[in-house]
Amino acid sequence: MQGIPIILAIVVMNFFLLNLAEGDAVDVLAGEAGSATPEYMEKMRAKFGLDQPLPVQLAVYLKNVVQLDLGYSFRHEMPVHELIFDRFWATLLLMTSTIILAVGFGILLGLFAAVNLNTWKDALISVFALITYATPLFWVGLMMIIVFSIKNDWFPTSGMENSAAFYEGFDRVKDIAHHLVLPTITLSLFYLALYTRMMRASMLEQYGQDYVVTARAKGLSERRITFVHVLRNALLPVVTMAGVQVGALIGGSVIVESVFAWPGLGMLAFESLFARDLNLLLGIFLLSSVLVVAVNLVVDVIYCFLDPRIEVN
Amino acid sequence: MNDFWKLFSRNRSAVLGLLILCLVIFVASIASLIYPGDPFLYSKYPLSKPGENGFLLGSDSIGRDVASGIAHGAKTSLLIGLIATFAAVLIGVIFGALAGYYGGLVDDVLMRVTEVFQTIPSFIFAILLVAIIKPSIESVVIAITVVSWPAVARLVRGEFLALKNREFVQACHTLGMSDYRIMLKEILPNCLSPIIVIGSLMVATAILIESGLAFLGLGDPNVMSWGFQISDGRSMLRVAWWICTFPGIAILITVLAINLVGEGLNDALNPRLRERN
Amino acid sequence: MTNSLLKISNVDISLPEGSERLLAVENLCIDLVPGETLCIVGESGSGKSLTARALMGLLPAPHVKVTQGQIDFCGEDLTKVTERRLREIRGSEISMIFQEPMTALNPVMTIGGQIDEIFRYHVSMSAAERRERAIQLLDDVQLPDPAQIVNSYPHELSGGQRQRAMIAMALALEPKILIADEPTTALDVTTQAQILKLISDMQAVHQTGVLFITHDFGVVADIADRVAVMQYGHVVETGTVDKVLNNPEHPYTQALISSVPSLVPRSARARSEETVLEVKNVNKTFGGGSSFFKFGKPSRVVDAVKDVTIELRRGETLGVVGESGSGKSTLARCIIRLMDSDSGQIILNEVNICDLNRAEMRPWRAKIQMVFQDPFASLNPRVKIGQIIRQGPIIQGATQEEAEARTLELLEIVGLDERAFNRYPHEFSGGQRQRIGIARALALNPEILVADEPVSALDVSIQTQILSLLDEIRTKMNLSMVFITHDLRVAAQVCDRLAVMRYGEIVETGATADIFDAPQHSYTRDLLAAVPGQNWER
Repeated sequence: MQGIPIILAIVVMNFFLLNLAEGDAVDVLAGEAGSATPEYMEKMRAKFGLDQPLPVQLAVYLKNVVQLDLGYSFRHEMPVHELIFDRFWATLLLMTSTIILAVGFGILLGLFAAVNLNTWKDALISVFALITYATPLFWVGLMMIIVFSIKNDWFPTSGMENSAAFYEGFDRVKDIAHHLVLPTITLSLFYLALYTRMMRASMLEQYGQDYVVTARAKGLSERRITFVHVLRNALLPVVTMAGVQVGALIGGSVIVESVFAWPGLGMLAFESLFARDLNLLLGIFLLSSVLVVAVNLVVDVIYCFLDPRIEVN
Repeated sequence: MNDFWKLFSRNRSAVLGLLILCLVIFVASIASLIYPGDPFLYSKYPLSKPGENGFLLGSDSIGRDVASGIAHGAKTSLLIGLIATFAAVLIGVIFGALAGYYGGLVDDVLMRVTEVFQTIPSFIFAILLVAIIKPSIESVVIAITVVSWPAVARLVRGEFLALKNREFVQACHTLGMSDYRIMLKEILPNCLSPIIVIGSLMVATAILIESGLAFLGLGDPNVMSWGFQISDGRSMLRVAWWICTFPGIAILITVLAINLVGEGLNDALNPRLRERN
Repeated sequence: MTNSLLKISNVDISLPEGSERLLAVENLCIDLVPGETLCIVGESGSGKSLTARALMGLLPAPHVKVTQGQIDFCGEDLTKVTERRLREIRGSEISMIFQEPMTALNPVMTIGGQIDEIFRYHVSMSAAERRERAIQLLDDVQLPDPAQIVNSYPHELSGGQRQRAMIAMALALEPKILIADEPTTALDVTTQAQILKLISDMQAVHQTGVLFITHDFGVVADIADRVAVMQYGHVVETGTVDKVLNNPEHPYTQALISSVPSLVPRSARARSEETVLEVKNVNKTFGGGSSFFKFGKPSRVVDAVKDVTIELRRGETLGVVGESGSGKSTLARCIIRLMDSDSGQIILNEVNICDLNRAEMRPWRAKIQMVFQDPFASLNPRVKIGQIIRQGPIIQGATQEEAEARTLELLEIVGLDERAFNRYPHEFSGGQRQRIGIARALALNPEILVADEPVSALDVSIQTQILSLLDEIRTKMNLSMVFITHDLRVAAQVCDRLAVMRYGEIVETGATADIFDAPQHSYTRDLLAAVPGQNWER
């Protein structure tokens, strides 16, 4: 429930950002039309309610948002929410595969590094994490394209499916999966490095706790101590962090989608940026914020299952 | 200071990072000497391979020197990274200190604001801000600052919250010391280490955000930057791999170096963590 | 002895390079027979805890390890056996309980689950049998409602209950040896008495050999059969409890034992007629208020201080005693206006200081000062000693020169070299830091000193020095003192009068000797009865 005031605050901020921008929707329209008389523009402003005082405009905006009306994209000549929902699934697919890859492998690699502390395996994983943690996403994407698409024609360079082939059923799933590989790996790498580092640090911290000494004093094997006692405690901060990082992941998807022309929200944001389609950009921004709030709720629930000290409300 | 250096130099990769960072700073500071003139200036040798026609790292589609762009871009990246981080740390410290020290309503209000800023997908927010204010060095700095300060605020709040109930702070209250003095002279010096560490790591993040923005075409159009070079070379990916590759490597090693230095600082300034390994 | 359980001979334990000394423990020789309790006594840093860890093969490798000697356990040398055999022994033949019941249990695993592991690893039993045994064990250690506790998580239990659960776990397979590393140090005195009794009851049933590590001679007197005293990694004296406590031979043992405060109250001094501080009907509650943005039910209300009334006469020391959570520290912080009380009056020189705002309070601050508990947390690590002491007078309006002169004078009074002026706190030991804290409080020439557990973080020999310093300055400066403590032995030696607190209320006040001789309230009687080492008076 604590998500609602946050979303409300974001909506209000959205509204003021819209007002901060130079020119309003009518200016944009007038620019489109090429020429418009000042009288006509006044009339249009009155029609859109733009001549009202700011608080009234805010109230109208809030009401519209509640009714899922996010305004009109003059560029695409479509309501913003329709455009967004159209592209939402592509992004959701990319995000889900990325989270599974990054969190899953991050936890495994971090665990593996911590268990083999100060060996060459640990060093290798740490160096890999260090480097990927410092690499810009878009550059990784371009290098992937050079290596895997241009030099070796293993994966397609762009898009979500080969629409010219008109695949159906399982063939279509295979085609989409084929297109999904490079964007997912690109977007995952940075977060994979993040979770690996965090998991490793978290495991090491837990190894130093008193209850580990108790477990050893009970005669348990190191394997059981690692996988039953330490692992579950070490997961807690990583799970929290996974929730916090979802926002960053959505940001990263803008870059990755524009590199691979993946037809999702990020690509849409990139397009609207060039078209100066602010209504659309703000709509995407709002939806992605809501998505973060929703994911954080899910993470809270998972956390409750992992940590008995938190009571489920 | 000597002790600090001894601790820092024990971490060999941190020293390596510091060396690389010094090199990048050196290149940035002499960029105008080794490559005088406008890095945007095109020549009559487009798409030269590295080493050809006197271009160390090749030239782009209209004959601009990639190496010159990298040298000038270093200046942009470091400058934006440093200024944005400084501003974010300043705002974060003020917010965090007030929230942590006073608690109660002040804390509630400030932390809710921070929470909103933390929920917002920061990169999209940065894109929005730059797009609305118009791309320029200033707008990029503002955008990075706005999305970076909440992390500092949370950290500083946590430190203040923990330290304000320590007995040495209570002792200051019993002497009648003012709040302002307690915050500035008693508590703040005790949380400088984590602030320095998070600040150094934030410079790296800021450089990554800046390059991402420039890649999307949201950099200052009048200033050369690594992100712009890569974005510009994208369309030539099939024929001229070097245009994108070298600026990317520049970003990679700069960010890597800063991260290494940050970790070294953490090891040297945070004795508790050091003992663990 | 032929039936020896454990025989440690000539054991050395090395410390990592760059430590204060080369060996944590040197040439250690100890033995233990079934059914016997051997107490290892020593101050912090004596190597007693590492000795316990060494027996279990639980030294923090790779830097700390046994470099020499044998640990003979029923014919096996524990320094030579395989890791596999060591794991078999741990938990089944030798088991261990720790000081901090808070952190020694895994927070995300049920009590039952943590007991269950021992059975799973050492014997073969069906799941139902294991569960039944776990419940039986929890019942044996007198935990209420074992069937429910078996499914509880550690955070749902109190400190004493957790320590009982730890004991149940340790005794699950009836080990031959139980190692107890300060198992009652983190507990209140009444809980401590129960846990000590539980350990000796269980020991009698199973004929367990108990190796009990402690710093408290009262505990030693109550439970030990034999005692080994350790100092700087050496055992300086061993012998039966009677011999070591009543006829100590080694000078260190003698010094330690003479530092233990007697339970016989010192003779009271004449009481002055002049009242310097009056606390009238003070109340303080915590929680309850729901925060501005958080909806839902308000948090639980706790009465930390409830209708407390006390009076302090000039030159007198009033002890406020009670267990953790009794509200004694909150009361101290209300008196010194670190916290605002909810209602009631605190009258100093005929002025109710509760009514004063921050600015009005400032001149009054000089009259009443505080000495804190933790010598490590009470000095700002980034500020030099001179500045720490000097800043009080400067805030109160003294010039730099006056303040500096006063600081140097105070350093001498508390027994520190004047070179301390330009040093940082980390260069000083716990006892020296406590002296600095006292100097800071005295710098304002207060009339009243509130001391909140000023010696409970210190080793017993240092404790004596600080207490005599406090006594000295009280006489010299004609101070009145409110002395907060949980230790009745300390209270007996320091206080003229006592106020006993429980759950935020004062249950009894009176002259110290009267309260020790004839306690009126049942809680006071329980408290006095729980003090370890009653029957031993040196």
